[in-house]
Formats: sequence, structure tokens, C-alpha cells
Amino acid sequence: MTGTPGGPLLVLAIALPLGATLIAFVLGGQAAARVARGSLWLWLMLVAAIAAVVIARGEPLTYLLGGFAPPLGIALVADGLASAMLLAAAIVLVATALFGRIAYPEPSWVKGGRAAFAYWCLLPALAASLAVAFLARDLFSLFVALEMLTFTALALACLDGRPSQFKAELRYLLFALLGSVLYLLGCALLYGAYGTLDIGLLAGKTRADAPTRLAGALMTAGLLAKMAVFPLHLWLPPAHAGAPPAASALLSGLVVKGAFVLLVRLWFSVLPGPPVAGAELLASLGAAAILVGSVVALRQERLKALIAYSTVAQIGYLFLMFPLLMAGDAEAGSRAWMGGMLQAVSHALAKAAMFLGAGLIVQSVGDDRVAGLGGAARAAPFAVLAIGIGGLSLMGVPPSGGFTAKWLLLRASVDTGQWWWSLVILAGGLLTGGYVYRLIAAALGPAAPGTAPRAVPRLQEGSVLGLALLSMLLGLLPLSMLGLARIGQPIMLP
Amino acid sequence: MTGITPFALGAAGLVGLGLYGMLAQSSVLRKVIAFNLLGVGVFLVFGVVARRGAAAGLPADPVPQAMVITGLVVAFAATALALVLTLRLHQTTGAVTLAEDAPAETPPAKPATDAA
Repeated sequence: MTGTPGGPLLVLAIALPLGATLIAFVLGGQAAARVARGSLWLWLMLVAAIAAVVIARGEPLTYLLGGFAPPLGIALVADGLASAMLLAAAIVLVATALFGRIAYPEPSWVKGGRAAFAYWCLLPALAASLAVAFLARDLFSLFVALEMLTFTALALACLDGRPSQFKAELRYLLFALLGSVLYLLGCALLYGAYGTLDIGLLAGKTRADAPTRLAGALMTAGLLAKMAVFPLHLWLPPAHAGAPPAASALLSGLVVKGAFVLLVRLWFSVLPGPPVAGAELLASLGAAAILVGSVVALRQERLKALIAYSTVAQIGYLFLMFPLLMAGDAEAGSRAWMGGMLQAVSHALAKAAMFLGAGLIVQSVGDDRVAGLGGAARAAPFAVLAIGIGGLSLMGVPPSGGFTAKWLLLRASVDTGQWWWSLVILAGGLLTGGYVYRLIAAALGPAAPGTAPRAVPRLQEGSVLGLALLSMLLGLLPLSMLGLARIGQPIMLP
Repeated sequence: MTGITPFALGAAGLVGLGLYGMLAQSSVLRKVIAFNLLGVGVFLVFGVVARRGAAAGLPADPVPQAMVITGLVVAFAATALALVLTLRLHQTTGAVTLAEDAPAETPPAKPATDAA
């Protein structure tokens, strides 16, 4: 294995936001906010350049740290999956930074400015953690990336310092820690069996024996706990709904996807011909998450809790691709792969837009109950519009990114003869339509007597609407652009 | 092979104890301690792996040992974060568990006597 031209870009993608975190921390005050915003814009350009180079070359970019090849050294690899997820992460982070210009205007060390100071230091830190999680090709580096993600996400979620929030976030932390320690135990077993943790070296070498199966089961269970998949989902809604809007957007949109990318790499690059029964179990959990999450979302009284349960449901869709990929049909497998990737990216954009929009609406009407949203459409029209557009993408209405994703999964499930998954996809779409309708109908209603919804800053509304529009535009991209997700796709043998 | 068996068994025991503690204990502090026990068990697995995997005439494979050091730092940071949150939870609500009705059970006056 050797490095490829353009490889140093990958190091920059990690070093730039990490450096910005340190500089912002040292400078403090307004300078911290400027450094964070500047670094995120630069990061967006950098990951766009990485995606462009990957598309142009048609193969993954590789960089060997220090010039040492694995197993001695550590490799960074940007394949299609990594570049697409990085691009989505950069877009969401830049939009959240624009949103935060008004939500967190005065960072300083004195009381009152600390939340803002922490916010501007943590944004680039989250970017760096995501870059490591998407680019690293070593199971142990990925463990460190997962922990960095958990710590930054947790600090962002506790930004308000509200006492009611601590319990939810502490439960989140304990789930995440249990998940990562199980993952680490799996790493130890794999190292014991094969003497390396490099994904490239493990690929194709792993045997279907007891230690490998046990390691795979432990790591999968750990990652499922981190992603809040159906039976382990109870920590997510309070943790995501109680966080400040900017943090909820990042937690729901991006942090969960870090564990997802790792799970995909583990199943399709490391484990030896993963068991089909296991994939079907994962998809069943996903299907249960779609149905249970959507039904519970329909019954939520509070706006952000509703959106958080919708995250539980939408994560379920990501798991439907597992058995479809293993059906042994190359074309259907490729569709399922693209559908899964597109679902991850479009959900990141749409859900971030919805959480930020919900924050604006709550700020406008001063009430976070769905029943109390009346008048929001008049006071904050673009925020309501953004929630509507994001909702269309979650439902899978054409021409949104969510539509293309769900269509590809639907086609793949019919083509491989696993039609029962398509019923779940359709039912999930209907239920999603139900809860999005509830939100929009409530927001379009008249203001409650005695309340006067206030207008919200245009910059914030603009950044939210921009995110929602991008999630919609994803559906209009030509298929050749979607081919990015296919670069470096593991070939599944029947 | 026999030399490492006690360590492997010890690691398995620690992992089991830690898992049980994290799932079954209700007090947050006990959960955090159980997490550390579980972590120590995993690090011991790495140690066993290092001893067994020593190939090139070295007394032990250094790579898992390096991983243990990184893992210790991560576990330390995680423990510190969890303890700070637990402390703030206790200070603001008086709760020591994650149960939903905990604040009602523990009156806010109690923390002061606990701390003393």
C-alpha cells in the first residue's frame, strides 16, 4: 500500500479543525468565534476538494502517516462514503455556525459568555472528530474518533447547563461508554486473532471462527448502543430533544452517522462474509425502529421530542440496506448501497434543518408544545417552510434526497425478492407524513389568544432554509454525482 | 499458554463484573465505577493478547500495550466527564440515580449532609 497524490489533503482535513479548536481556546472572546467560523468555511472547501479529487480519480485517496505502511503505520483513506459524509458534515457545520452567530454572539470567560465560548471551541472539535471517524482506516483510531465524538457531542448538549438536562445527558454518556468499551473488547479479540487492526489488511483475511464472530457481535452491539437502534433507543429522544437547537441538529444529524459509517466498514470490509441471519436481524431492528419511532413521534406533545423520535425512525432506514447488500445481486446491492448512503446524507441535512427550525419556532412563539405553535408560520415563515421541506425529504416525497434514497432501497428490496422491507419503507413514509402534517398544521394555525409570536433573525432563518433546500436538491443531482458513494464500495460476494 | 490463563480468566471475570455493574446498579457513581472495572478487564485482555502475540523474540508485543495507554487516557477522560456530570446532577437536583422519580425521593436538603 502506498500513498496517493492528494493524500495530504486528508491530513489537513483533520489538522485544520483541530488546530482551530486549540487556537480558538487560547484566543477566546470574539476572536474564538471568528477562528471557528473561518476554519469551518475553509474545511468545507477542503472536503469539497477531497470529494472532487476522489470523483476525478475514480478511486479512493490514501495517505500513510509518516510514510509507514500498515501494520506498522496508520493509513487515512477517503473513499466515496467518507467524502460524501464529510461533505454533508461540513455543510451542516457551516449552517450551524451561521445559526450560532446570533444564538451565541458574545463568547468570553466571564459568566454568561461561557456557553458561547464553549460552543465556538467545540464546533471545530466536532469537525475534527468526524473527519477522523470517516477517514481513519484502523479500528483503534476509529475507537478514539468515536470517543472524541461522544465527548464533544455531550459537551454541546449540556451547553445550556439546565439541571433538567443532566440526567438525560448522563444516560447518553453511560450508553455511549458501554458501547465503546464493548467495541474496544472486540478490537482486542481481533488483534489477538490477526495481529493487526488495519481495515485494509483485515479485509478478506478474517476467518469465520468463534473469536472473530464474538468480536463482530461485541462491536456491533456497542455501535448499536451508540446509534440508539430500536431496543436501545430510549436514551436518544430526551438527550437530543433537551439539548439547545444547534446541538440537537449536530447530534441528530451528524454524531449518530459516525457510528453508522464505522458499522458499515466493520460489516462489509472486516467481518468474513457476514452472516445473512445477522443482517436480517439488523434490518428487523431497523424496521421496528421505523414503525415504533414514527408511531411514538405521532403521539408526542412537544415539538423537539417529536423530531427526536423521528430520528429514531430515520436511523432505522439505514439498517434496511444490510440484508439487501448480501442478497448476491450485484446491481440491487449497488442500489441498496447508494440508497443507504443517500439516506444518511439527506437525513443529516434534513434533520439538522428541522431541529434548527424548531429552535427558531420555539423562540418565536415561546412555547414548545405542538399545540402551542399557532402563529409561527406568520412570524417565522422560512423556519416553518424549512421544517416542511425537511419533512418532505424524511417522508420520501419526490424530488427530495430522501425520495431517491427510499426509492433505491425499495427497488433493491423488490429486486432481491425481499419485498417485506418495502412494506416497512412505505408504512414509515405514511407515518412520517402524519407527524410532519401535525407540525405544519399546528404552525399554520392562528396564534393563541394573548400571545404575540416574534419575528426571528433573517440570518438564522436563511441558514435553516438553505439546509432544507440542499436536502431537497440532493434528489435532483444526476446519478453520476451519486456514483461518488460507489467509489471504494466493498464488493459483496453472494 | 498456561502462564497467561489466569490473566485471561481474570480479564473475563472483570469484564463480567463490570457489565453486570453497569446494567444492574442504579446509583450513577456505582455505574461509573463499574465502567472502570469493565475498562480494566478490557485492558487486561489487551495485555494477554500482547503476551501471546509476541512473535519476533520480544518479551511482549508493544502495539497492544500502546493501545492500552491510549485507552487509559480515554477512560480517564470519560470518567472525569461522567463524574463532573454526576456531581452537577447531585448539586442541582439532589439525585444520585437516573431513575425518573429520583428528585422526589431525595429531598434537596439531603445533599449537604451527604457532602459533609
